[in-house]
This record gives sequence, structure tokens and C-alpha cells, in this order.
Amino acid sequence: MHWNSASEFFAMGGYAFYVWGSFGVTALIMAVEPIVVAQRRKNLLSRLKRQIAAENLAQRSEES
Amino acid sequence: MSNRLINWFKFASPATFYPLAGKMIPWFVALSVLFGIAGLYLGMFVAPTDFQQGEGYRIIFIHVPASWMSMFIYLVMAFWAALGLAFNTRLSGMMATALAPTGALMAFLSLWTGALWGKPMWGTWWVWDARLTSELILLFLYIGFIALQSAIDDPRRADKAGAVLALVGVVNIPIIYFSVKWWNTLHQGASVSLTKSPSMAVTMLWAMLLVALCFWMYTIAVALARARNIMLERERHTEWVRALLAQPKP
Amino acid sequence: MLSLFFAIVGRDLKLALRRQADLVSALFFFIIVVSLFPLGVGPEMDMLRKMAPGILWVAALLATMLTLPRLFGDDYRDGTLEQLVLAPQPLPVTVLGKMAAHWLTSGLPLTLLAPVLGLQFDLSAEGLMVLTLALLVGTPSLSAIGAIGAALTLGLRGGGVLVSLLVLPLYIPVLIFGAGAVDAAVSGLGFEAHLSLLGALLAGSLFFAPWATAAALKISLE
Repeated sequence: MHWNSASEFFAMGGYAFYVWGSFGVTALIMAVEPIVVAQRRKNLLSRLKRQIAAENLAQRSEES
Repeated sequence: MSNRLINWFKFASPATFYPLAGKMIPWFVALSVLFGIAGLYLGMFVAPTDFQQGEGYRIIFIHVPASWMSMFIYLVMAFWAALGLAFNTRLSGMMATALAPTGALMAFLSLWTGALWGKPMWGTWWVWDARLTSELILLFLYIGFIALQSAIDDPRRADKAGAVLALVGVVNIPIIYFSVKWWNTLHQGASVSLTKSPSMAVTMLWAMLLVALCFWMYTIAVALARARNIMLERERHTEWVRALLAQPKP
Repeated sequence: MLSLFFAIVGRDLKLALRRQADLVSALFFFIIVVSLFPLGVGPEMDMLRKMAPGILWVAALLATMLTLPRLFGDDYRDGTLEQLVLAPQPLPVTVLGKMAAHWLTSGLPLTLLAPVLGLQFDLSAEGLMVLTLALLVGTPSLSAIGAIGAALTLGLRGGGVLVSLLVLPLYIPVLIFGAGAVDAAVSGLGFEAHLSLLGALLAGSLFFAPWATAAALKISLE
């Protein structure tokens, strides 16, 4: 461990913008990508469920 | 032997793979977090300051793993694509499709961090260095693959067409890299040379390896999640998806 | 095999000659793109001479791109392509014939036109000669690699733009060695290495591209 204080760590020896710019964008992408995938899954599930419900309804009205 | 073969093909069917993938994803996420914490701890706290580049060199701990992954994912993608073409398995094409966006993001990250590293070290955001240029072309190849697949409505055709493109790309990558390198040595810029890297300390290497493992596990987790989406979408008319959707928590 | 090859080449040439407007418009595209560059970057002859190889090659790449949808598009629309794929004759040979015809109607005219355009950029006599040679060896590779992209995007919406996304990255080696040969000749270095590498690319693409294109055609027509 060679950092004396937290502020020294965040300053990155004057390279804060570049270092945190790289790490920040990486973290952002690795957070957003799973969220997008999960969101798509949610939309997909609700859409498929609605489709199936609609089909069932159509079938039942045909039978009656 | 025949038993084992049957087993493999059983796992290759979406109906069995879907729940299996669902069980595997949390493990890969956990591994990714563990490797990430270990790698970043080594890279940010243990690894010493570089005597030439100061603290700025710490970008290497995501730049190099992202570059490795961008190339590795393309190879894996082409492998799945070839498997899909050879054995006509549905799952292989889905895996290739699921990997492509993550691969493109890795290539983008490699370029982004490379630019942020280049600015303080060589005073410019971009140099037409052989490695940077081929990474850019790799990003183009990913984009071509994604664009082709999204333009095709029939999933079977999309899989196969993407597979041919991925294989053509794999054959071309060494040629492209070699030609870009040749081009670069002919037009050698006056001041900047990327090839001179400081000799690497063991700690640095370990940190890079750990972060690369973190990215790898992350890629597997996201690709599996994406593959699950693709399976649901494509197999929505089959029995197993209907049975699954009837459950309270699919 | 050979008679099949020549039959396809002859047929495609005949068809292409019936639509001369298409051929001519690709050539004019080439001329216009090349002439736009001096207007964009300024008329200093020293700079233009330095940029000429790159400009001419990039323009040739783009002009080839424009003609790619034509390679299989017409045959696809009228159903001929399906017959060709189903025919007992080996598909790669058929594809090779179509590539050759495509080169004769797009790459070769570009090659013949390029020295004239090179004069606009004050290229030396040797530069012009090497430019023509490099285009002569390089443009067949463009037709061969482009055929893969054309086959993959057959009948897709936005096919034209998509082809360029797929194919332009794969054209980069040809561009590098093609423009490099002219560069080397202009600056008095040996250009033979570049030309032989272009030849190697040509051999490789002529060997692999027909198979890949045949596979892509089968997929697209399924």
C-alpha cells in the first residue's frame, strides 16, 4: 500500500482525469450492458405472456 | 463414448440449456466480482508507481485486458459459428450472436482507454500505430457482424450468414494485422513509438491477468443472459417456452 | 469446368453490355470522387502528389463497392441464381465466372482509367505505370472479396450500405499494399515487394472466396 491518503489516491499523481476517465467508462459500460439485457428480458417476458393470454382467449371464445 | 455424445447434444438443446444457463449466471457474476476486486486491489494499491509514467500507467490494468478480450471473444465467436455451420446446432449460432455486442464493447473500451492513455503519455489522443489501427478494424468487423445479423429476419439464415462472415473475418485478421504493421513501419511517425513498453513487474502482470479473468467471467455471464433472451424469442412457439411462461417466475 | 467458367463469363458480359449506363456511372463516380479531393484539400501539387496513391485507391475501392449489389442482384430477382445454385455444375466455378465478369466490367475499366486521373495529380511516369500494375493485380481481389459480401446481403433491406460495412474492413490489406506500391515507386524505393504481396492476396482470395461465396449464396437462397 503506497497511498498516504484518499485524496492522493483520487488525484492519481495528476493523471486523475485519464485514469478515472478510463475506469469510469469501463464501469459504466459494464453496469449498463447487463441492465439493458435484463430490461430486454423483462419486455420479452411480458410480451410473450400477453401473446399467450391472447391466444388462449381466442381459443376459448372459439370453443364457447 | 456414445453416451457422452448424447449428453452433449442434450445440453445443446435450448430447452435444457435455458435453465442450466440461468443457474450458471450468478456463479459467473460472483467470480467476475471476485477477480475484479482482487485485480483492482493489486493494480491500484499494491503495484508500485511507474518511474516513467507516474500513476497514469494504471490505465494498463483495464486497457490490456480489454484488448485481450476483444480479440479472444472474436475467436470464440468464430468457433461457435464454425460449430454451428458444421453440426447445424441451434445453440451455437445463438452463442455467437450473444457474444458479438460484448466483443464490440471490449474493442471500444480498448480504444477508449488507449486514447486516454495516449493523451498524457504521448500528447495525442490517437496515433496510427499498428495495434491501435488493427483494434479499430476489429471493431469494424464486430459492427459488420452485428449489422448483418440484425438485417436478416430469418434467424437460421442470420446464424449461418453471420457464421460465414465471422469465419472470413478470422482468416483475415492475421492478414489485416500484418498489413497494418507493414504499413506502419513504412510510415513510421517521427516521435511516437508504442512498442517500447517498460519491463513488466510480476505484480503488474498478475493484476492484468486477474482483471482479464474478471472481464472473461463477465463476458460469459452477459453472453449467457443474452443467449437466454434469444432462446425465448426464437422458441416462443414451442412447448417448453409455454410451460416456462406458465410458471410464476420464469 | 472451363467451358462452364467461360459460359458464365460470356453470359454476364453480354448482360452487362446491355446495360452500359450502369458501367459508365460507376466509372464517372470514380472520376468525380478523385476530382473532388483537390477541391477539398487545396491545389498544392506537392501535397496532391503525395496523396494521389491513397486517393486513387480509396476511390477505386468505393467505386467497386457501388457495383457489388449488381453482381448477384439481377440474377437473384429473376430467379436465375436459384437455378445456378441448384444446377449440378460446381457452384464455386460458377461463382468464379461471375467474379471474373464483374472484374472485367468494373475493375478493368477503373485500371485503364486510373493513369489518366493520375496525370491530374502530377504522378511521374513510373508512378503511373506502377499504379496501373497495382490496380491490375489488386482489383480482382476486390471483386473476389466483395462477392462474399454481396452474396451474404442478397435480398436484404439496406443491402448496399450493409455490403460496405462488411466488405470495406476486409479491403484494407489490398488498399495498404496497393497504395504502398505507388508510394514506394514515387519515392524511388522498390515496389516489387508490394506487388508480390498484392499477388499473394489475389491468389489467396481467388482460392478461398469462391467457396465462401458459394456457401453464402446457398445460405441466402435457402
